Amino acid sequence: MAKSTGVHVISDDLDEDRRPVAGEPVLEIRDLHVTFRTEDGPVYAVRGIDLDVAAGEVLGVVGESGSGKSVTMLATLGLLPRTAQVTGSAKFRGEELIGRKPRELQRIRGAKIAMIFQDPLTALNPVLRVGKQITEAIRAHRSDVNESEAWKRAIELLDMVGIPRPEVRVREYPHEFSGGMRQRAMIAMMIANDPDVIIADEPTTALDVTIQAQILELLKSIQERTRTAVVFITHDLGVIARVADRVQVLYAGRTTEIGSVDDVFHRSRHPYTRGLLASLPGLAAPGRRLNPIVGSPPSMLFPPGGCAFHPRCPLAEEICSTEQPPLRAIDELHRRTACYFAEKLVPGVET
Amino acid sequence: MSTSEDGATTPTLEVRDLVKNFPVRGGGGRIVVHAVSGVSFDLRRGKTLGLVGESGSGKSTVGRCVLRLVEPTSGTVRFEGVDLLRLPNRELRRYRKRIQIVFQDPYASLDPRMTVATIIAEPLKIHRVAGDRAAKVRELLALVGLNPEHGNRYPHEFSGGQRQRIGIARAIALEPTMLVLDEPVSALDVSIQAGIVNLLEDLQDRLALTYLFIAHDLSVVRHISDEIAVMYLGKIMEHGPAEMVYEHPQHPYTQALLSAVPIPEPTLERTRSRIMLQGDVPSPVAPPSGCRFRTRCWKAQDICAEEEPALVDRGAGHPVACHFAAESPVALGTVPAAR
Amino acid sequence: MTEILYPPLPAGTAVSSAALGMGEKPLTPARLAWRRYRRHKVAMLSTVVLLFIAFMCVFAPLFTKYDPNTQIRANGVLQAFLHPQHGHWFGTNDKARDMWANVLYGGRISLEVGFVVAMVTTIVGTIVGVVAGYYGGWLDNLLMRVTDLFIAIPFLVGTILLSRLPGTQAWARTIMGPPQSVRAVIFVIAVFFWMPVARIIRGIVLSLKEKEFVEAARAAGASNFRIMFRHLVPNCTGQIIINTTLAVAAAILTESALSFLGFGVDAIFTPTWGNLLSNSQDFLDGYPYLVWAPGLAIVLTVLCVNFIGDGLRDALDPKQLSV
Repeated sequence: MAKSTGVHVISDDLDEDRRPVAGEPVLEIRDLHVTFRTEDGPVYAVRGIDLDVAAGEVLGVVGESGSGKSVTMLATLGLLPRTAQVTGSAKFRGEELIGRKPRELQRIRGAKIAMIFQDPLTALNPVLRVGKQITEAIRAHRSDVNESEAWKRAIELLDMVGIPRPEVRVREYPHEFSGGMRQRAMIAMMIANDPDVIIADEPTTALDVTIQAQILELLKSIQERTRTAVVFITHDLGVIARVADRVQVLYAGRTTEIGSVDDVFHRSRHPYTRGLLASLPGLAAPGRRLNPIVGSPPSMLFPPGGCAFHPRCPLAEEICSTEQPPLRAIDELHRRTACYFAEKLVPGVET
Repeated sequence: MSTSEDGATTPTLEVRDLVKNFPVRGGGGRIVVHAVSGVSFDLRRGKTLGLVGESGSGKSTVGRCVLRLVEPTSGTVRFEGVDLLRLPNRELRRYRKRIQIVFQDPYASLDPRMTVATIIAEPLKIHRVAGDRAAKVRELLALVGLNPEHGNRYPHEFSGGQRQRIGIARAIALEPTMLVLDEPVSALDVSIQAGIVNLLEDLQDRLALTYLFIAHDLSVVRHISDEIAVMYLGKIMEHGPAEMVYEHPQHPYTQALLSAVPIPEPTLERTRSRIMLQGDVPSPVAPPSGCRFRTRCWKAQDICAEEEPALVDRGAGHPVACHFAAESPVALGTVPAAR
Repeated sequence: MTEILYPPLPAGTAVSSAALGMGEKPLTPARLAWRRYRRHKVAMLSTVVLLFIAFMCVFAPLFTKYDPNTQIRANGVLQAFLHPQHGHWFGTNDKARDMWANVLYGGRISLEVGFVVAMVTTIVGTIVGVVAGYYGGWLDNLLMRVTDLFIAIPFLVGTILLSRLPGTQAWARTIMGPPQSVRAVIFVIAVFFWMPVARIIRGIVLSLKEKEFVEAARAAGASNFRIMFRHLVPNCTGQIIINTTLAVAAAILTESALSFLGFGVDAIFTPTWGNLLSNSQDFLDGYPYLVWAPGLAIVLTVLCVNFIGDGLRDALDPKQLSV
């Protein structure tokens, strides 16, 4: 990837691991459960999630609060506090991540798997210059790179992410950057080591909409160029429509639907996804009432039995409250949904 | 200047040349943040004006100035004919009954140590409203869709959407004529937002309320507003009927804004042409001369730096503040209202 | 329009607030705090011990048959310097007074001083802190400079000088009572104790007053007084309680120190732990029990109070209860 600039090529040297080929699975999460011990009792944040991302694709993970979307990825990277109990498997290119020693995870984090967060102000260290933080990210994983080379690389990266006058700004502190620029700086830090997977946790939620458009454009162009696998976590369905190839919808710690972005938006077979899409004001006629999903997302202290969505579901029946519906394939297109009555949801028909 | 049918009656709210500057600490009083720099609009009874803008636009400050929660630097705010900014404090208190506010953060806008009933009843207590307050609280709780028996609970026992309903109940307790809604649904989950928006629209019909709806989420604003005013760096760039502003925006900033909003429809979202703004919003401490948007505008010419464009009708039927106002160069791909 | 919008309950569930995630009874902040406090074993134990100590001191006659000033005689002979034994668990002192009785009755005064100082300083400090934090500007400046002034005065010098005033000045005697009375000692300590509370409360108020619920109260037309004392102060309750508790311990220790130096409560007819300690220092060599009897009382009480303070700090964690 660095070759395109024609300047300093660092990352491709001495890289023992080969880059994954397109379509090769890079992240495989199986049956992930995360429970937090709190003084009010156990909080079941993630209750059995499977997730796959292949090289070259963008997986959009959608969910509202309590869905467990952030916790899933944090658990995979070992970034949860000690009060969290994690079970299940999360394999990065065949290597198991759950239960690994922190030192080993550190080798992978930031280099092979990079994560960007929602609020760049708190994710960036306010007392270090931006350039320093980038060089640290580089040198933490590449002991053969010296300070001045790393610094040059930092300037290149800032340029790549569209920060004007990078040679000047590299010496500045985070508070001297605007919100959009800080996010760009975070992206620069993230791609510094050519990761195989990028996990973006609500990277644009705190940004203005015009800045968000710029950042999404940037992320897309980076992804298209490097063909990195991306897991894009958000609650904004518009953003998903823009960036994702495949979509996985989470609710109350479980997966409700997986499919291509086209399938999920146009031919959803789960009442939650349908309800979510139907409640968006953008698609409703002004003057007509909106269609909220009744009720609220459940407390993860007392998740509902059976299908987590059943208290709010217009299709719910007896079995929904007692038995968790399995995530099953609808047809040969690898779409999957966790609903007993998926067949009733014929596309285009209002429920 | 605003387009409404019943031109005979006095507008409920008339704002003229509202200015608010915040002194910056350490600047010795010379450095100020020009949060609002001359905003004027009318708002008629029973209508909703959506005030839209990104961060730094000054929209929240306008809302607070209207209520005098923040003292404006200059300008007038006439509510039902009376200039609120010239009122002494004692009389202002009476007007507090008639304009109320709903805040953005359902977690910070309710006093965590008071019961829900106390919170809702507080405005009644402050203004010594006679009558059975407990009954009124129950009525209000039911009106906003909550269980009337939960008045003795504390805010932390409720979800975000429910807390926002409590905030709305508090705001309508004194039976105001007008509500300022400062991003009332931004902090809520998507599936919950719709319920709150419905509630607000129902209340508007039932109680004949006038709304100043401040938001950055354009799709929500479009749904609830009759008119929309787009703000940028303390000034209004465009102001017109909601449908006009959405389907035929004249100001380049409005066009860029609409272009940037992601549409939850993959085919449309990926094929539409986009207007991409470069750079960041300039600092409100030193706004650009002339037209404030010119530093990011693809149409900018010399005149834009020299002469500030006035907010007037330039042929499209509603006021636009741009020397080169015109229809959008690209199809914005905004979803037309389904008929 | 008033369709009830809370979720339809799953079949078979009782129609109760529990289904909404709420408990049977309202979860008051007090109940939340109590639940958390209960988990602190050490704090709970300390609470029990402290209550027991306080009980013994307040109801001293139940626990000793002697008056603290009675001189013990056996066959007409003054029984001074008796070692701890059955009937005189802490022995007797140089004036043949029973030490157990003295410690119990002395405890009354020491605890009284502790609690009253804590209450008074917390109230004064809170008011200063709230007013300074809420109004800001010149008032804040003024109050904080006064606070700084008091902090700058060396504590012992200040208390000693202040304690001598009623001896010579009639107006001081009116306010503070006779020199070296319990009232005077309370006054003298309190004058130099209120500043930390003021600063802490001011700090909390500075951050709280920007919160939207305060704006909401202002928008509803609440007066400044109402905002300060109905909204801001209750949200400082956690800090207030913690501070009061720790002030009790500090005040008891201070009283002991002052008495040790001879400026505390007059020892002749009113024992306190401090002056008991002070009087016994000459006899440390031969009769150490005279020192560690009141010493033990002080240490035990202060320890308990501090553990309780720890427990309260966790139980009243502001992040959980307030915004």
